[in-house]
Amino acid sequence: MDINAKIRERLNTKIKDWQEHSSRRIYFKIDKQDIRTTASILFKELGFRLSTATAMDNPDGFEILYHFSDDKAGKIFSMRTFIKGRENAEIDSLVPVFKAAEWIEREIWELFGINFKGHPDLRHLLLADDWPKDEFPMRKDYKKPHERQP
Amino acid sequence: MSHKVIIPIGPYHPLQEEPEFFRLYVEGEKVVDIDIVIGYNHRGIEELAEDKHYDQVTFLVERICGICSSSHPFAFVLAVEDLLKTQVPERAHYIRMIVDELQRLHSHLLWLGLAGHFIGYNTVWMWAWRYREPVLDLFEQISGNRNNYAMMKVGGVRRDIKPEDLPTIKKQIDKLIPVLDMFKGAITDDPVIKARLKGVGVLTREQVLDFGALGPTARASGVDIDVRRDEPYAMYSSIKWSVITQKDGDVFAKTMVRILEMYESINIIRQCLVKMKKGPIDANVTDLIPGEGIGRVEAPRGECFHYIKSDGTNRPVRHKIRAPSFMNVATNKVSCVGGTISDAAITLGAVDPCYCCTERTAVIAKTTNTKIMNGWDLIKLCQEKTHKLLHKLEK
Repeated sequence: MDINAKIRERLNTKIKDWQEHSSRRIYFKIDKQDIRTTASILFKELGFRLSTATAMDNPDGFEILYHFSDDKAGKIFSMRTFIKGRENAEIDSLVPVFKAAEWIEREIWELFGINFKGHPDLRHLLLADDWPKDEFPMRKDYKKPHERQP
Repeated sequence: MSHKVIIPIGPYHPLQEEPEFFRLYVEGEKVVDIDIVIGYNHRGIEELAEDKHYDQVTFLVERICGICSSSHPFAFVLAVEDLLKTQVPERAHYIRMIVDELQRLHSHLLWLGLAGHFIGYNTVWMWAWRYREPVLDLFEQISGNRNNYAMMKVGGVRRDIKPEDLPTIKKQIDKLIPVLDMFKGAITDDPVIKARLKGVGVLTREQVLDFGALGPTARASGVDIDVRRDEPYAMYSSIKWSVITQKDGDVFAKTMVRILEMYESINIIRQCLVKMKKGPIDANVTDLIPGEGIGRVEAPRGECFHYIKSDGTNRPVRHKIRAPSFMNVATNKVSCVGGTISDAAITLGAVDPCYCCTERTAVIAKTTNTKIMNGWDLIKLCQEKTHKLLHKLEK
């Protein structure tokens, strides 16, 4: 069975939206609460590798794309999920599934201010330890020091 | 043991890529825990890219890393071409491949030299870097620069390789074969190198999959992944070459993977030079569309990943970059622990981060929580162990 069909059969109703940009680039949408079980299926059953995750700041909340690489078929399956609202944005951590997510989530946590539930070691990775707690430099409303009013 | 104690070690110079800070927690000779701190060289390039138009971003991402400075723009232009579904001319593909494989040659030679230096074989260091020079000269001949080649462009390449340069490229890469034979022979025959590298810093197959490690770090542990074969970008599908893997996962296996990969790179460049026909080198992309694109290439250290989101304007809305070392450096958490301090320098270096990374290492005694040595002490310790082994052998 073709890998696309296999994923669609295995994940079934969890997939909300399926887009094939090209034969090697597939994007699908998953509800926020399903990401850990889905990631577990993709990693443990289908042997995919978490390549990285891209967080985005949208006007109505955040969007995270988990890019899974299927190295046998040479495809990237990007699992898209949305977090509504900007205050107290939170999502399940994928570290219990694989360690690859540890640094990726730490990076998103400090740059976007998204909390990862169940992450064992959520602390600064790229920013300084004394970075202000409520400033997230990759958010669209972040003002760089020279842009601020005196 | 407190992770809160911050010990500033060494002057750090962000000239070299990827400065990291490792805290090794030790009990006697044994490493029991390690803390990795990165971010000293975080320049906010993802955010900067959102303020620049696509042609400028190509130059910006080239400056992420000085050693693999063609991998990032390569992955970026592939991401934009994936979004636009651009058909790139064949000649441009071959030129991109030649530049990328030459880069792998110089990067692996650089690593080989540093690895030699770490274990006290300074001759290996000087020789490997001496043979790296002609490769850099080739870059200068092709692009005008020894580093930051500025060859990539959305839709093709910025510069053609002149027909009169082809014999020189061929001559120089042919000259590397006996050099690689020499290094290969020296490393496989030398009992001291074997004693220093075999069984050191072992990374199992399961750990590689768990950490999502990439490139030679993964292939040395028997994980058969290589973007060039798995998702053949450019013209890799038309070239005959093989992916190098080893089983043991130790530093020796990582060394062998890199040495054998250099033969494959030479093999690929030779075929490219033959297959490259005259023709256009640019698809002349003019319009952008809203959407998303992903590009990835096999950099010398593993998969380099770029994602872009476009709203149809000339600037990306979001540009995500993931360099291979981001995944590989984290594996030191398991490969170093359980080993001795004298093996730490070479183990930390085996994932091919860079010199300044290991220079910024601190060793902290677990019981007293005090700093006992810095990165240079560590390299010295590593070298002394080799010398002791050599003396033993001479007797």
